[in-house]
This record gives sequence, C-alpha cells and structure tokens, in this order.
Amino acid sequence: MSINLSQLKPGESGTIETVGGEGALRRRLLDMGLTPGTCVSVRKVAPFGDPLELHLRGYELTLRGDDARSIKMRKES
Amino acid sequence: MKLHIALAGNQNCGKTTLFNQLTGSNQHVGNFPGVTVEKKEGIARKNKDLTIVDLPGIYSLSPYTAEEVVTRDFLVHDKPDVIVNIIDATNIERNLYLTLQLMTLGLPVVLALNMMDEVRSNGGIINIEEMEKELGIFVVPIVANKNEGIEELLERVADTAKGKTPGAPGSMRRIDFCAGPVHKALHSITHLIEESALRSGYEGRFAATKLIEGDPLLEKVLALSVSEKDIIKRIIKEMEMKLGTDREAAIADMRYAFIENLILNTVIKKEESREQSRTIRIDRILTHRVLAIPLFIAIMGMVFWMTFGPVGTFIKDIFAFGILKITDWVNAGLDAIDVSPWMHSLISDGILAGIGAVLSFLPVIVVLFFFLSLLEDTGYMARVAFVLDSLLRKIGLSGRSFVPMLVGFGCTVPAIMATRTLSSDRDRKMTIFLTPFMSCSAKVPVYAVFCAAFFPKTGALVMSGLYFGGILVAIASGLVLRRTLFKGNSIPFVLELPVYRMPSFKAVFIHLWQKTKDFVQRAFTIIFIGSLIIWFLMNFDWSFDMVADKAQSILASLGTIIAPVFTLNGFASWQSVAALVSGFTAKEAVISTLAVVLPGGLSAYFAPLSALSFLVFTLLYTPCIAAVAATRREMGSLRWTLATIVFQTGIAWGLSALVFQAGMLLGFR
Repeated sequence: MSINLSQLKPGESGTIETVGGEGALRRRLLDMGLTPGTCVSVRKVAPFGDPLELHLRGYELTLRGDDARSIKMRKES
Repeated sequence: MKLHIALAGNQNCGKTTLFNQLTGSNQHVGNFPGVTVEKKEGIARKNKDLTIVDLPGIYSLSPYTAEEVVTRDFLVHDKPDVIVNIIDATNIERNLYLTLQLMTLGLPVVLALNMMDEVRSNGGIINIEEMEKELGIFVVPIVANKNEGIEELLERVADTAKGKTPGAPGSMRRIDFCAGPVHKALHSITHLIEESALRSGYEGRFAATKLIEGDPLLEKVLALSVSEKDIIKRIIKEMEMKLGTDREAAIADMRYAFIENLILNTVIKKEESREQSRTIRIDRILTHRVLAIPLFIAIMGMVFWMTFGPVGTFIKDIFAFGILKITDWVNAGLDAIDVSPWMHSLISDGILAGIGAVLSFLPVIVVLFFFLSLLEDTGYMARVAFVLDSLLRKIGLSGRSFVPMLVGFGCTVPAIMATRTLSSDRDRKMTIFLTPFMSCSAKVPVYAVFCAAFFPKTGALVMSGLYFGGILVAIASGLVLRRTLFKGNSIPFVLELPVYRMPSFKAVFIHLWQKTKDFVQRAFTIIFIGSLIIWFLMNFDWSFDMVADKAQSILASLGTIIAPVFTLNGFASWQSVAALVSGFTAKEAVISTLAVVLPGGLSAYFAPLSALSFLVFTLLYTPCIAAVAATRREMGSLRWTLATIVFQTGIAWGLSALVFQAGMLLGFR
C-alpha cells in the first residue's frame, strides 16, 4: 500500500519510495538521510499535532507534516 | 612547520568541545566576511604552529544555507592544510555523509570518531584499520570531553600534512564513492570540465558532483560554454533514465549506499544504545502531549526566577554596591581637591553613571546566558523548537525563534544575541525585528511609577494589558512582515533531535566568557558614549555653559522642537521628549529623567489618558542603545539596524496616537 509519510501513525514504520518536492527542502530531506529505500518510523507527534518526530538511520529527526506529505512510503505490515 | 587546520562536522557532534580542548581559551571569535556566520579561530595549546578554524556545524555542503556556502567557500578558497572532520561515532551513518562530501573536495582529511566511550560502553566495535583502508584517510578514535585521543589526532594531522596515508606508501585517498550509472556520468563530466574547474579553484570531481546535483552556484562560477552545458545535460538525462530517479536523489543515494556498505564492513553495534533509550524515556515526559507545555513554562519560569530572582539580584547588588562605593569615594575625592562643578558632574553623573548603566546589564546577561547554554547543550532547546513550532509557524517563523523572544521579556540584549542559534538569516532578522516588542524588565519601573500615579486601582490590568499588547503587536507585525519584508521561504524545519547528554561545563564557561567579553567590549563604548552625550545635552546650554535649571539645557530646546511630533499622542512637551531620549540609554532612565524635569510630579503634566499613551509609546519604541548595538552586530548591517529602529518607533507612534485619539473620542481624559 502506497501512502505518504504524514499518514503514518506514531509507532508505525515504512520504507521510502520517492521523495518529492523541490529546492532547499527536498535537498535537506535527502541530505538528512531520507533517501528512497530507507526505513523510517514515526516516534511521536508534537503536542499541537505537528511536527512529527521520526526515527531513521539510528537517529531522531523532526519534520513538519506538510513537508512529510511529499515523501511517498510503502507501509510495513 | 606552520599548519592551518579546519574543523568541520555536523551539529551536536562535539565539535566545539574538541575545539576547546585543542585551543583552550586561546580563541578569537569573529564573523565570516559579509555574513553573520560565526568564525572561531584559535592556536593549539600544545603547538603554537597550529592555527585551527572552527567551521559552522553543518550536515551537507549544499548551497542552501549561509553556513554551508560559507564553509564551502572557505574550504575551496582558503585551502586549509588539513581538514579535521569530527563525527559522532554513535550516529555514524548520517555523520559520514558530510565526510564523503569533504573528501571529494580534494583536500587532505583526517577523520576523528568522537564519543567512542559511548560506543564501547554499549558493546559496540568500530574496525578502525578497515575504515582507514576503505576511505584512504587516517581515522582516529577520540573522546573529546575526556581529552582522550587528542595527541594521536594531532600526530595524524601532522602526518597527513606531510602527505602520508594510512595504507602502503603511495596509496591514495579515496575521492569517489560511486558505482554504475552515476560513476559513468561523474567521470564523463569530470573529464569535460576539469580544466575550467581547476581555473576557478575547484577540484574536478567535486565540481562534477555538484553539477550533477544541479548546484546553481557552481554552474555560475564555472562559466561553461553552451555546448558544454548541452553535453552535461545529456549525460545527466541518460543517467536519470538508467537509474529511474532524478539527479539530486541519485547523488544522495550514492553516498548513503557507500556509507551503508562501509558500516556493514566496519561497525558492530546494538540497535539502540543506553543513551538513546534514556533519551526516549526523558522525552516521554518532556515532549509529552499534555505535559510538554506546562513543563516548558516551568523550566523557563525557573530560569527567569534564577536570573531575576536570587542569583541575578545577588550579583547585581554586588555590582550596584561597588559602583555606589566608588561613586562615594570619587565624590569625596573630587570635593577634597575642589574641582569645578562641571567636571564634578561629568565624572559622577556622566562617566560613573555610564559605567553603572553598562554594569547593570551584565549580571542579567551572564546569568541568562549560562542557563540558556546549559539548556542548549543538553539538547532541550531542540525539543522546545519541536513542541512550539506549530505556534510560531503561523507568523512565518519556526520553533527555534521562541527562545529569543522569551528571553526578550528579561532583557532585549541577550535575546538578540540568542538569535545566533537560528539557522536562517531570514528567521534571524525577523526575530530581531519582533523581539523588542516583548516588554523587557527595565520597563517595569516606568509602568510601576505611572500606574501608581494614575491607575491606583486598575494598575495590574494596565500592566498586563501592556505585556499582552506587546505580544499582540509582535504577532500582527509578524503577519505583516512575512507578506512584505520577509517574503522568501523560511529554511525548512528539518531538525535533528540529539540524544540528551550532560553538558560539558568547560564548554559552557568558555561560551559564557566569550559572550561576556563580547558584550563588554562592544556595548561598553556605545552605552558609555550614549550616556555622556545625554549628560551633556541635559546639563549644558547652547553657549556650552552649565545650567542649573534643566529647562535651559540643549535637550530642552531640542525637545521643544521635536515635541509637536507628539501632538496627536497627547504628550507634546520637551519634558516627555527628554525622558524618551534618555530612555534610549536605558529604559529605567525615563523615570529618573522625568523626576528631574517635572519637579512638580508626573500629575503636573500628565493626565491618565496621556499617561497611557505615553506608556504605550515606551513599550513599543526603539529598544535601548545596548540592544541597538546588539542588533547592529547580529544583523551585520547598519541599514537593517536603522530599519528596525524606524519600524519599531513608527509603530509606537502610530499606536500611541491611536490610543490617545480613541480615548478622547470615548470621552476619557
């Protein structure tokens, strides 16, 4: 099932298929290790419902829901 | 042999700790030319021939943030003899990404694996020799905060500078990390542009990689011909076709693929370290859905209470006592040697009052910065940004701007200095514009005296109204500014949440010492001169004779000229102008000046309504001269600094006039 990263709930994980968007944001996502094939899990959501806390490549990263929408994922069942 | 060493690495990898270990307090802090990106330089404690530059903490050499561009330009044009790349060995995968980029620059690199104690205590193993073999550079395990491995690191730096490599004599540093279609594209493009790249000072391989990534800065620098550009475009198209992905993703993927393979061969570690599980446990509370906000308020409340309560007051009292004693002695001395009255006034009302004004800021700044660097170094500030981001996004800022704004309620000077931690120039400038609207603690005496005189029953309401009014003005200004002056996009909010660690007190104290030194050096002169000028204007007339009645002074006559500006605001008198002008040296001075120029008391001139419009103006107009000096320093531009003054004073005038006129219409007096 193909979904985007912002649709993952805390505790769920998946594998990145494509990283959309453009410019500085996309570049930063790639630089931080959000490349196709990477396994990402969502740790939690901030108190006001945004941003997300992710776990990938052995570290924690936070990113806004709007920006997470451009990352297409394959959810792990 | 004199050596120039550049220290590069991600944020939160212990780079500053290593820099402090290498140089001690032997540091010089400045800015890179043209931008407000901090550049720290120092000379090694153990070897006076080593000059070390601490580059900004970055994750990549992309052209999108000022820090990254500055780092790249520095490495390419200044060509340090050796780059020491420090990485957090507990978070090796993402940290190595920058390493690969640095190695492509063609400069000698030594890799320092920091926090090896944590790796070992978690049962992890890193095969150093194998890593050296695969990368072709020296790799040194260190523990920066325990000073372990530093000697060996320096030896390896010296070896590398002499051209030695870890393998057999003549073995090479690795400069490409690619395979398949990327490899082919990279080689074709390198071949094509090598000469023009070298002419502009770039390594061929580095330039080719950047062209594939679509780096606009490099495309411009290389000045390629149309046909060359065409060929490059075709090569990249072909590569994208074969890979089924685009150019940017292809390069990032290539680097991470290499790293994954390298780690597979050299690193054995557990899925989750003790420090990570501890962090998850702490965050279960600190970023908890419900508890996060109350805990944040409690922690900041503690910091403020310590700063403005016992600790700050204690230090402040010591300073005040010192100044008082010195003033007494000086006055007694001056009386004894019978100096002329103007000299007496110059020394005690001018010079000593000026020094007193500077010193009154110092305790607050030092104590506040102590707590802030503590919170920053433990990793809590990143959580604050995480928790509060969605609130600040509405006015076009990110969670990172919250702390400077909050500090603004204490003192605008450290607040503006704290914008240093913001990663984008746009966010930094916008935060500096808005922070002064947070009512600083020096304005409290002004509110208190006016409230006591005019609003004896509703004082608390007026006070809190002013505080909230300031916040509302900041929000409204933010909404306007993001549509006008700061239209561009903010830097993406993609932030690492580092593992919680005990801060190194040495680092905190060195940081504190630098901030204090910086403030005293820069602010001292400007506050001092400001106080002297105000003293002169208030005590002399146009023929430069000293006046007994302040109404005869230069300030009074200048005030009379300016006063009509405040007709709509309801306080068009030279006395209020004089008070506001002296408030520019320090906000408390508004009250002391009014006491001198209105001997009959405030009610002799003000009525409740004009008192209120005067308070609104005091709340919003340009912050004191020390804050303006800090603005000048952080903005790095006189024009931007003047813009903030005009912006804030303009809003102050408009809103205070609005309050007075609306009040009149409603029949208040």
